[in-house]
Amino acid sequence: MLYNFEEICYDNGNFEEEKEVAFLAGKEGEKYKILIADDSEMNRSILADILENEYEILEAENGMQAMEIIDAYQQNLSLVLLDIVMPEMDGFDVLAKMNDKGYISDIPVIMISSENSASCVERAYELGVADFISRPFDALIVRRRVDNTILLYAKQKKLIGLAARQIYEKERQSRLMIEILSHVVEFRNGESGQHIRRVRLLTELLLRHLNQRTEEYHFSQQEIASICTASALHDIGKIAIPEEILNKPGRLTEAEFAVMRTHSQIGAQMLDNLPIQQKDPLIKTAYGICRWHHERYDGNGYPDGLQGDQIPIAAQVVALADVYDALTSDRVYKKAISHEIAIQMILDGECGAFHPLLLSCLTEVADMLKEHLSEDDFADDPRRLRSVVEELLQREELTASDRTLRLLEQERMKYDVFASLTNEIQFEYTITPSVLVLSPAGASQLDLPEVIKDPYHDKQLISVLSACGLDSLVALLKSATPAKPEVAYECKLCLEKEERWFRIVFRTIWSEETQQCTGAMGKAMDIHDSRVKTDDLERMASTDQLTGLLNHASSKKRVEALLAKNPTGKFALAIFDLDDFKAANDTFGHQFGDEVLVQTAKRLRRSIRSNDIAARVGGDEYLLFLEYTSELEPTIRRIFSALCGKYGDFTVSVSLGVALTETLGADYDTLFQAADKALYTVKRSGRGGYCFYDEGMQDTFSVISPIEDIKG
Amino acid sequence: MTLKQCYELLEGDYEDVLGRMRKEALVEKFVLKFLNDSSFETLRQGIATRDRETAFRAAHTIKGVAQNLGFTKLCEVSNLLTEELRQDWGESVAVLVRQVEAVYERTTAAILAYKEECAYEKS
Repeated sequence: MLYNFEEICYDNGNFEEEKEVAFLAGKEGEKYKILIADDSEMNRSILADILENEYEILEAENGMQAMEIIDAYQQNLSLVLLDIVMPEMDGFDVLAKMNDKGYISDIPVIMISSENSASCVERAYELGVADFISRPFDALIVRRRVDNTILLYAKQKKLIGLAARQIYEKERQSRLMIEILSHVVEFRNGESGQHIRRVRLLTELLLRHLNQRTEEYHFSQQEIASICTASALHDIGKIAIPEEILNKPGRLTEAEFAVMRTHSQIGAQMLDNLPIQQKDPLIKTAYGICRWHHERYDGNGYPDGLQGDQIPIAAQVVALADVYDALTSDRVYKKAISHEIAIQMILDGECGAFHPLLLSCLTEVADMLKEHLSEDDFADDPRRLRSVVEELLQREELTASDRTLRLLEQERMKYDVFASLTNEIQFEYTITPSVLVLSPAGASQLDLPEVIKDPYHDKQLISVLSACGLDSLVALLKSATPAKPEVAYECKLCLEKEERWFRIVFRTIWSEETQQCTGAMGKAMDIHDSRVKTDDLERMASTDQLTGLLNHASSKKRVEALLAKNPTGKFALAIFDLDDFKAANDTFGHQFGDEVLVQTAKRLRRSIRSNDIAARVGGDEYLLFLEYTSELEPTIRRIFSALCGKYGDFTVSVSLGVALTETLGADYDTLFQAADKALYTVKRSGRGGYCFYDEGMQDTFSVISPIEDIKG
Repeated sequence: MTLKQCYELLEGDYEDVLGRMRKEALVEKFVLKFLNDSSFETLRQGIATRDRETAFRAAHTIKGVAQNLGFTKLCEVSNLLTEELRQDWGESVAVLVRQVEAVYERTTAAILAYKEECAYEKS
C-alpha cells in the first residue's frame, strides 16, 4: 500500500518536477553531473542505472578518486552520492576534505550506506550531508531525493544571487545618495569633488590597518562600512557658512575663522534635528564625526576641546584623513603640497596633535596611500553626479564662482553639441607631452582611440595617415608662425574601408612668454565627394571627348610644365594632320570621319610611351610631345608608319612636322609654330610624309589656326 | 526457471527487490551481473593474507550488494562476518567465512542455473 501511495504522489508530482529539473539544467540541454563514489562496481552500476536518464554520471571507486573528481569539477558537480566504506579514503574522510576546501556548502552530498547505525547517520549529518539513504534502497526514493536535493540547491543558489544583487544595488544607491548630498556641500566649497571620496578611502585604509595593529579597537566590516559612509558627511555644516568666508582666497580674519569653526557644530546639529531614525548607528557615527572631526588629541581642537579617548575613534580617524587630504589638495587659499611633506607635517604636529597609534598607522600605510588615491575606485559616472549636483544648485542664488563654473560647463556642452552635430574630426595636439586628442566622433570615424600618446610613433595613426604622410603634416606644423598660425591641407586619410579626401585645418598655439609653438587644434573635414567631383570635372575639361586624348589647352599646360622642369632636356614636339580628311567626311559621312579620328588616336596612343604627351589639337590635327636621348629620326619614322594604314575603304595618310628643343629652345609657342611650319612644308611637297623643322622654313605659312586662339 | 524461483533457490526476497527496482528486467540485469562481482575474490584474499581491513571492506561490500539485490541469506551471513571483522579479527571469523562461502556458492549456482536455463529457453 505504501508503495502504491508513493507511486501516485510521484507520478503526479513527477511531471512538474522533471520539467523544472530540465529547466534548471539549463544551457543547451546539458545534464547535471552527479558523482557516484562507491567501491563496489555493482552498487555504482545500480545507481547509475537509476539516474543516467536524467543526469550525467561520473564514477569513483574510492575516496581519493572522488576527491580528484570533485576538485576537477567543483561547482559544475551538482551532487555527490557517497558510500562510507571505501578503500584509500572513506566517505567520512571525503566529507572532511570537502569541508576543509569549502565545497560542502555548494555541492550537496547524499550518503548511501548500509552503515545505518545512529552514530553513523549523525556523524554524516554533522559533516554536512544533505541526506542519508540506507541500503537496501528503493530506486524511486533515490531518484526523488536526488532530484529534490539538486533542485533545492539550485534554487538556493539563485536566491543567493538575487539577494546579493539586491543588497548590492541598495548599497550602491544609498552610497550614491550620500555622495550626491555631500557633493552639494563640496561644490559650494569650490573643492575638487574628490575630497569626500579621498577622505572615505583614507578612512577605510586607516581603519583596516588599525584592526590589524591592535586589539584595542576592533571594527567589524559593518562598522567600517558605516564609518566610511558617515565620513562623507563630515563637512555638511559648511552649508551654513557664508560663501564669502568659505571661498575667500586669502587668510581668514579672526572673526571669519570663528564663523568657519561653527561648521562642525552646525553639521552635528543638523543631524541631531533630523526628525527620523535618531537611534540609527549610522546617524550616531555621523554625528560624532561631524561634531568632533576638528578636535585634537591634546585638547586643542574645537568645538568642545575634547582630549584623547574622549574623542570617538571614528572622528579621530576622519580628522586625520581630512587633514592629509586638505594638505595634498589645491584649495582656494593654498596650493597642494606633496605626499611626503604632508606626512612629515602631520607627524611634526603642524596640524595639531593626533593619537600616536593613528600616526603610526598613517606612516605604515603611507606608501599604499599614494597608490590607492591615484586609482579611480569609483565606477559610477561622475558626470551624472555632477549634473545632479548642478541641478540642485540651479535653485540657489548664483555667486560669481558658481556662475563661472556654470558658464564653463555651458561652453563645454555647446562644444559637445556642435562636435556631435558635424561629421568633423576635431583634434587637439600638445607638443609636450606629445599627445593627440580626438573628438569622440572623430575617433570613431577614424577607428582610433580618443587619446593618442606619442602620435609620431603610433602605428594606428601612421597607417591612417599613410596616404598623405605624417611627415608632410609635421612639416606644415613647423612652417606655421605666430603671425600666420593657421594651416590648411588637403590629403587622403585611410579609413577602415577606403581612402577618402579630407581637408585638415588647424591653428597652432603659441606660448605668449617664449613665443614657442606649444601645440595645435583644428579639424579634419571629409571633402571626399566634392573633391572627387572636382577631379572628374577637371579630367573632363582637359580631355578631348571624342578620342580621349588631351585637348589643346591641357596638352599645352603639360608640355610647358615639362619644359619648365627640364629646360635643357631634349624634347621633340610634333604636329600632324590627316591627308584628305575632308574627302573622307564627304565620301563616307561624318560618323565615319569621327571613327577615323578615334582610330588614329588609338594608333597614336599605341605607338608612344606612357609619359609622352598626345593630344588632339583641332579637327584632324594632333600633337605629340616626347623626350628623347639618342637618335630621334627612327622613332618618328616608326610612329609615322604606325599612323598610316587603311580604315575601311579609306586610306589613312598623315603629314607630320617636328620641332626640337635642341635647335629652338624650351619655348612652347616657338616649338609649336616651327612644327606647324614643318607640317606645312610636308603638305606643300605632296603630303604623306614627315619632316623636321629647319631655318629655311622660317617664312612658310602655318597649317593650323593662329596660336592666339588657344591662349584663352 | 523463473527469476522468482531462482530467488527461492538462493534464499532471497524477490518481492522486496522487485518492489524497489520496479522492473523485472532490471532485477535480472543486476542478478546476472552479480556473477562478475569480484568482492568475494577480494574477501578470500583478505582472509588468506589475514588483511583485516581488506577482508572487512569486502565483506561489507558483499553485504551491501546482497542488500540491494534482496539476497536475504547472503546478506545475513555477510553481515555477521562484517561485524566480526569490524574492530579486530574476531574468534568466529573462520566459521563465518565458511558460511559466507557456502551461501555465496549456492547463490551463484542458482544464478548460473537460471542463466543457463534462460539461455536454453531463448535458443
